[in-house]
Amino acid sequence: MNHEHIQFSREELSRYNRHIIIPEFGLEAQQKLKAAKVLVVGSGGLGSPVLLYLTAAGVGTIGIVDFDVVDDSNLQRQVLFGVTEVGQPKVEAAKRRLQSLNPHIKLNIYNTQLTSKNALSLIQEYDVVADGTDNFPTRYLVNDACVLLGKTNVYASIFQFEGQLSVFNYRHSNGAFGPNYRDLYATPPPAGLVPSCAEGGVLGVLPGILGSLQALEVIKVITGVGEVMSGRFYSFDALTFESRTFNIRRNPANPLNGDNPTLKELIDYEQFCGVRAVEKRIKEIDAIEFNDWQQRGEDFQLIDVREPHEYEIVNIGALLIPLGTVLANVDRIDRNRKVVVQCKTGNRSGKAIRELEEKFGFENLYNLKGGILGYIDDIKPELTKY
Amino acid sequence: MATVFIPTPLRKFTNNTAKVEAEGNNVSEVVKALTNSYPELKRHLVNADGRIPSFINIFVGDDDIRSLQQEQTPVKENSQISIVPAIAGGKPVSKL
Repeated sequence: MNHEHIQFSREELSRYNRHIIIPEFGLEAQQKLKAAKVLVVGSGGLGSPVLLYLTAAGVGTIGIVDFDVVDDSNLQRQVLFGVTEVGQPKVEAAKRRLQSLNPHIKLNIYNTQLTSKNALSLIQEYDVVADGTDNFPTRYLVNDACVLLGKTNVYASIFQFEGQLSVFNYRHSNGAFGPNYRDLYATPPPAGLVPSCAEGGVLGVLPGILGSLQALEVIKVITGVGEVMSGRFYSFDALTFESRTFNIRRNPANPLNGDNPTLKELIDYEQFCGVRAVEKRIKEIDAIEFNDWQQRGEDFQLIDVREPHEYEIVNIGALLIPLGTVLANVDRIDRNRKVVVQCKTGNRSGKAIRELEEKFGFENLYNLKGGILGYIDDIKPELTKY
Repeated sequence: MATVFIPTPLRKFTNNTAKVEAEGNNVSEVVKALTNSYPELKRHLVNADGRIPSFINIFVGDDDIRSLQQEQTPVKENSQISIVPAIAGGKPVSKL
């Protein structure tokens, strides 16, 4: 952020006059704002005030990442948007509003979800990130990307009547970095333990308060004015008006930048946060046991969920019901005796079993482990493999 | 007795009380007293190993107990203990 060459037009000087005349702020801080590039992740409850204030304050380049569209239920707190924008992509509605608020700044919009694939290249282009996202996987993603890239992450989070704020991974003048989200919360809560705002609700003005504080910290990080909330963690309870500021520290066990870092790249954050439901275990039978059943005349039905052309190549006398037609053919599947379901390798048959158990309550289904290929390998090597 | 600040997400287990009193000479004893009074808090404050889960922060006064003596951090009569869980706002996780 080289700010010394930054010039202002007469209109800009007039617009930013109330900043420039503050002795501790002055023209230099305003130049730093204009030179700065800030990425705001999420343009919802927190992102709205962050974007409005950073735009008004004259941050020179602001990026906005959001993949959502404006919904009626957003308007109670997302003050960037109005009734006429319902149904429009948030980033586009936000850009129009913000550009009319301040035509002197540059707005880059990204109508996409921040993911492990695009986060590093997106964040790389900016000096500071303001995280106003609404879920744990993205919180960890933003944090990890910022730590890996050495960027400051201005964090705020809200729930019902409660707000939190801190500045993570702030680079101090001696080159040392302040604590980050993983120092504070090494692991996310198990999915479902902490209710979300969509389930638990949020008082509309709360993100207004926390988002404004977030904008304040972004401005302090950029300008160096005041004491940045690094190494400190602010908590606000709107019901009791209890505000507390805690001291936080780096954790030597932090996998990103502790004593023995093990995380060197971004990971699958939905999996990390347990969001992707753990698949229920299904009953399995391997080829050897399956062969025993056949040999001793066990009473069971055998179903093949592969496609007809695969069945033609090789089959073991099963009833053919391709995966896509299983639910429509549910009455052909026995309920009163064991049913072995097979495919080529065991994946599709597993899927069929899960669907049948979930939607129709079957309890008598067994997946042939390794599929027909496993059976050929272990029992009948003379059959055609494909 | 020490004062414990209960965060919003856990207040449904403390009859919607934001501040409760609990006896104990250290954090571990206070948490035990607290979960005796409000048994439903237990699964949120104590993990399978009997430790405080890593998505919960506990501060005595202004300081994180991880920078003090963890669960053994001494607690005085007038100590203020804050329970600060991770919150993320927004969407139900199942809809991601």
